[in-house]
Parts: sequence; C-alpha cells; structure tokens
Amino acid sequence: MQVKELTEKLELTLVTPGLKAEELTAEIAGGYVSDLLSNVMGQARPGQVWVTMQGHQNVAAVAALIGLAAVIVAGGAKPAPDTLERAAANDVAVFTTPLSAFAAAGKLYALGLRD
Amino acid sequence: MTDTLKLSYYCPGDDFDRAGEASAKVKKALQRLGVPPDVVRRVAIGTYEAELNVIIHAGGGTVAAEVSGESTLITVSDEGKGIPDIEAALQEGFSTAPEYARQMGFGAGMGLPNMMKCSDEFNIESTVGKGTVITMRFYHRSEDL
Repeated sequence: MQVKELTEKLELTLVTPGLKAEELTAEIAGGYVSDLLSNVMGQARPGQVWVTMQGHQNVAAVAALIGLAAVIVAGGAKPAPDTLERAAANDVAVFTTPLSAFAAAGKLYALGLRD
Repeated sequence: MTDTLKLSYYCPGDDFDRAGEASAKVKKALQRLGVPPDVVRRVAIGTYEAELNVIIHAGGGTVAAEVSGESTLITVSDEGKGIPDIEAALQEGFSTAPEYARQMGFGAGMGLPNMMKCSDEFNIESTVGKGTVITMRFYHRSEDL
C-alpha cells in the first residue's frame, strides 16, 4: 500500500507544506505506535507509518533519520509550526487525525498493515 | 575510498530545536559516500541518541565522524557533569533525565542501550565533573565484524 492510499482510507489531513497527497507513492512497510522517541529510533523500521501524540519538531527529525514512510499525529493533536518546517525540509509526510492513536492503529491494521 | 573523511559538529546544550542536525549531516555525508543504507541508518540512530544526551545532560558537546572505506567512527564528547555510575546508566530504563525532556518523549533510559545495540563497537568513558566521551564504530561490510 502506498502512503497516498492512506489518505483515502483514513480520516487524515496532510499538514506538511509543499507535499501533495497524490504524489506520496512511497510503499508502506508496516506501522509503529509510540510516544517515546528513543523507542521509535531503536525499534521502528524504514518504510513504517508512525502513529504518535507527540507534535514537536524532533518527531520530524526522527522520521527523517530512520526513513519512515509517514507520521500520523493522532488524537487531534496539532504539530508545532517548526515541526512542519522541518518535515518539509526533509520530505517527511506528516498527517493529523481526530482519531485516537488506538483507533488509528486499529484501522491501519484492518487495512492489512502489520509490524 | 582510501582517504579518511573527518566531520565535526558542535551541539549546543538544551537546544532541542536543533537536536538531530549533526546526525542528519553525518547521515547525508555517508549517503553521498555510498555507505550501505543499513549502516547509514545505524550510524544515524547512534549519533542521534548521543547528540540528545549531550543536549539534555551535558550542556552541549561535539559530534565527530571519521569515515574510511571500511568503517565509520563516531566520537561524541562533552565537558558536562559526567556519569557517576556508568554500569547503571547502560541499563535499559535507567534515566536521570529531567521532567521536561521526558514529556517530549526523551529520557526513557533507552539512549545508551540503543547506541550499544546499533553499533559494532561501543565505548564510554566518563569522569564526574569533567565530562564524557562515547565512541561507536560501524563497519561498512559485515565481513569486517
């Protein structure tokens, strides 16, 4: 499944400036849920979608460093403006959703994504 | 590649906004040099964790990378307060991070364990009141292990 298909199937809003949903053709390798950044650094794998409640700019730094396919900031949380600037500079697709992290992860799993 | 490329970056203390800049620069340099993606990823993880430690605990420090044909050596040094009990600090879950760092999702006691796991060789030397030096070596080919 490509990242752009997520936007069609979940309640997601793409918030990275300059990115267009239809151009997000990266393949998704699976998903990871955590709000501990070191846990994500150590355990998440390239190409995964990361679901988190954290919205500060180190989220964009971590996603870029380990090559994640996308970040979903869940629970209606709003990423900080500098997070979005850093995401744009590193071509990191950041989405927001009103869904809770639990619901977002459940829907990703139902779409066929595994670990 | 026969020469050794040396890079060095200063990470200011308590500046979370710039956390990851040194790691990102090292990562880009390794990618340009054609280092295998898996190795680049491990270097990025280890360097980022070390960078965060000097930002959170040491009031700043220096990230240096030496890249040769066969390996990348990352040296992260600071002149911070040092670590009284290194053995405890290396245990997963042990943390002395302040509350504000934990609220950002840092300080869960995973930094040093992550560095040990992702590097091929790891060393830490610390003197209370003088500072800490961490070195991590990452071989570019698995047969070098």
